Amino acid sequence: MVIKQLSVFLQNELGRLEEVTDILYKHNINISACSIAETAEYGVLRMIVSDADKAAAALKENDFSVKTSDVICVETPDVPGELHKSLQLLTGAGINLSYMYGYSNGGTARLIMKVSDPAKAIQLLK
Amino acid sequence: MIWNEPMECMSRDQMHELQSRRLKDMIVRVYHNVEFYRRKMQELGLEPGDIQTIDDLVKLPFTTKQDLRDNYPFGLFAVPKSEVVRVHASSGTTGKSTVVAYTRKDVDIFSEVVARCLCCSGVTKHDTVQVAYGYGLFTGGLGLHYGAEKLGAAVVPISGGNTEKQITLLQDFGSTVLACTPSYAAYLAEAIAEAGIDAAELPLRVGVFGAEPWSVEMRAKIEEGLKIKAFDIYGLSEIIGPGVSNSCEQQNGLHVAEDHFVPEILDPNTLKQVAPGVTGELVFTTITKEAMPLLRYRTRDLSSLDYSPCECGRTNVRMAKIFGRSDDMLIIRGVNVFPSQVESVLLEIPEAKPIYMLIVDRKGTMDTLEIQVELDEKYYSDEIAELNNIRNKIKHKVESVLGVSVIISLVEHKTIKRSEGKAQRVIDKRKI
Repeated sequence: MVIKQLSVFLQNELGRLEEVTDILYKHNINISACSIAETAEYGVLRMIVSDADKAAAALKENDFSVKTSDVICVETPDVPGELHKSLQLLTGAGINLSYMYGYSNGGTARLIMKVSDPAKAIQLLK
Repeated sequence: MIWNEPMECMSRDQMHELQSRRLKDMIVRVYHNVEFYRRKMQELGLEPGDIQTIDDLVKLPFTTKQDLRDNYPFGLFAVPKSEVVRVHASSGTTGKSTVVAYTRKDVDIFSEVVARCLCCSGVTKHDTVQVAYGYGLFTGGLGLHYGAEKLGAAVVPISGGNTEKQITLLQDFGSTVLACTPSYAAYLAEAIAEAGIDAAELPLRVGVFGAEPWSVEMRAKIEEGLKIKAFDIYGLSEIIGPGVSNSCEQQNGLHVAEDHFVPEILDPNTLKQVAPGVTGELVFTTITKEAMPLLRYRTRDLSSLDYSPCECGRTNVRMAKIFGRSDDMLIIRGVNVFPSQVESVLLEIPEAKPIYMLIVDRKGTMDTLEIQVELDEKYYSDEIAELNNIRNKIKHKVESVLGVSVIISLVEHKTIKRSEGKAQRVIDKRKI
């Protein structure tokens, strides 16, 4: 399915990430998945949260640069070759993958993917 | 060796007389030929007859870089355009750079003063001078070139950069003199060492370095690295280019070619002359130049003057090695950079806010300029590639205006300190 992802621009600075989690905690927002992409000077925190709009508003109020974007969440059985099959379908349809992150638990794997065409990707991966 | 003993070793009384005569003559030319100066003098109630000796300098109006910009490109010429044989433009300034012009006689003066500087550095006609200053609108390359030719030395006009080739020619041509910026000299020293070449084996023996401030420590480091004796050459395009002054073997100040360029040191706040030995803003009046004579040009460089005779035999006044500037202009690897230039570039880029911090540092021997830029949150992206595109766009635009490479660091919005009054936009970490 297509879901809303929240991302935050973060300077590489001690305690900056902790300020984000502090704000989310105070607003009673749950984080169900997250990843950080880092460069030499800054990082991009990407999260799936319980209420993306509420979280974005709270962070903006505290001067964070935030963005919500559409990503897809793909659920597959946790066995060898499943990711490969998904990627084959996307490649075949000319859909680009910008980044992804995920985890597996209890026989199921869940992957968050940023793709060039979320709606089409969902159709293919159903 | 002294290139022009009559001019470099005369008594202070003789110099006073010569400067007075030349100043009087120049004021007449300027008053009648340059509207800008005529108006300025009239505003002060001055006529050419009011200027009789060099002591009357203090009555004259100042000239600033802004005046040159306002009269861009040819507004300050004191001769018809047909008398001009060359123009140069100052390095690194945005949009309207400042233009300077030379008549044939001015080019001769330029060559003469650079020849003096080279001679002052111990260079002779038997030397091979590798000119690694940039050739072009910048006065460094051509200035050193003509001066070295005048001296009779063999010139290798390699211009700046191309380090491998520089080293090859130092070896193959056996260049004995290197002329470039001190930071490039230091870089060359490192590159030579990295190439596994023993600098002591090279015929190179003298360095004539200038166009940016450098420390005595840096000089020692370059001398050690290249196994040479390093000299300090000073100049600025507005006055003539390199050749305004040069250090001698005593390494105790730079002898000014004061028969052509008369220095003063002013308190930058009161604009009154200070006593010899006191540090202030260096101001020059050109008393022989034809195409573009300047009255009391404010260099913004900080120095002091010493009129006592030098052990080298020269009596020309010595200016202390430049150790700073009285305004916010930064000199990065020899290029003039104004914080305001960065601001004007950022204003043209929607993704960046015109809020920035310049951090100047010296990594090893090279100046670095980091520009922290606040990203407009509207353009923030969750994709690193996109953010890098923005950074590269800013980098490209800034570099094309500044003419010097920069490091762009994107920072979170509202993280650069805002100021109510004059903003602090520069952190200079260089230890000069």
